[in-house]
Amino acid sequence: MAKSDVKVLGFSPSPFVMRARIALKIKSVEYEFLEENLGSKSELLLKSNPVHKKIPVLIHNDKPVCESLIIVEYVDEAWSSSGPSILPSDPYDRAVARFWAAYVDEKWFSALRDIGSANGAEAKKAAIEQLIEVLVLLEDAFVKCSKGKAFFGGNQIGFLDIAFGSYLGWLRVTEKMNEVKLLDEVKTPGLFKWAERFCADAAVKDVMPETDKLAELKASAPPSS
Amino acid sequence: MAEEVKLLKTWSSPFGLRAFWILKLKGVQFDFIDEDLSNKSPLLLQSNPVYKKVPVLIHNGKPISESLVILEYVDETWKQNPLLPEDPYERARARFWAKFGDDKVLASIWNAFIKQGKEQEEAIGLAIETLKFLEEELKGKRFFGGEKIGLPDLALGWLANLIGVFEEVIGVKLIEKERFPLLSAWMQEFAEAPVIKESWPPHEKLVTKFRAIREPYVAAAAQPK
Repeated sequence: MAKSDVKVLGFSPSPFVMRARIALKIKSVEYEFLEENLGSKSELLLKSNPVHKKIPVLIHNDKPVCESLIIVEYVDEAWSSSGPSILPSDPYDRAVARFWAAYVDEKWFSALRDIGSANGAEAKKAAIEQLIEVLVLLEDAFVKCSKGKAFFGGNQIGFLDIAFGSYLGWLRVTEKMNEVKLLDEVKTPGLFKWAERFCADAAVKDVMPETDKLAELKASAPPSS
Repeated sequence: MAEEVKLLKTWSSPFGLRAFWILKLKGVQFDFIDEDLSNKSPLLLQSNPVYKKVPVLIHNGKPISESLVILEYVDETWKQNPLLPEDPYERARARFWAKFGDDKVLASIWNAFIKQGKEQEEAIGLAIETLKFLEEELKGKRFFGGEKIGLPDLALGWLANLIGVFEEVIGVKLIEKERFPLLSAWMQEFAEAPVIKESWPPHEKLVTKFRAIREPYVAAAAQPK
């Protein structure tokens, strides 16, 4: 398949864009990456995602797919015969993965963002406590989903690994900027080790933005446009 | 093995109704319990400890939460009368519109419902802009799913009855036939479809309920500032 048949419109620091790229890497799909200037969105982006005008957008044979987790499921289905499956095969395991992915995008995302936007030490402390509560739930989910293996998805990175792992760059920035340890070897030992494995994985390491580069952006939340 | 399928919902929840619809459309034998959310059952609390919300589907003792996750689980587990198409691109589009319904349409309509005065005017304007995307998507289609009811129809189906309820309570028409001919036709067709038409919660009871929900917002707006 020609590289130009698959395009990703994105913005490198975005965790949502990372998801699409990790999925494509797992399936060994070559693609053209078009870096968007979010202050001045391209015609192609506006045409491909007229409803939200947001990245990432995957364009496959000129047909656009929008929304990062929908893109991941699409990649898994469109290239089902290439590489390992991204979603589990069992319907119940799929439902569990989707449930936690939705939880990550709702509860985890807002808790992470609240730390950045917290005004004053009290608010910050409360926001951090909130995030740690979320992490404890996710630690439990990790234990249940991984069943003793390396990733939420088992021996290999799967849907939930991608959904949550894509936020690790921003988690590190938040830890650095607030001088706090959020992923803790003692409180969340499973996730602590999982995070290292995830970031080192072949499908991830080339697309995970460096913590320093993200810190430079000085944004208080992951870019979601 | 005897299948045990139980659905926890409420008499009025549109999210619970989605799960009810798909089980009926697939001819699945199931029991349902209408929860009293002011006095949640131990079964609900135990089955959805993360959110403590309805709906929850319990299949052979294993709980699944989040209505869109439930829809996909049911579609994958009981293969008759499929709700999602086979083609990956069409599946991605179906998921996109279901998500758009929950992320944007629901929020915008709810704002139009609870806001007062100038804020309500603005909220109605925004809701209309959001609904225009749905009108556009229905061009050349009988249902969002195409010729027959699909995932996005079940996800957006609450519009078919709740819009009428909201309009009655606030005294403003939100979906005018002249402005939204396709959406209006879809609402009617969906509302009268087999299974769907037999399961609407009683209209007057809904009006009473939502009028009561709106009361505090009206009262707050009427307070002298």
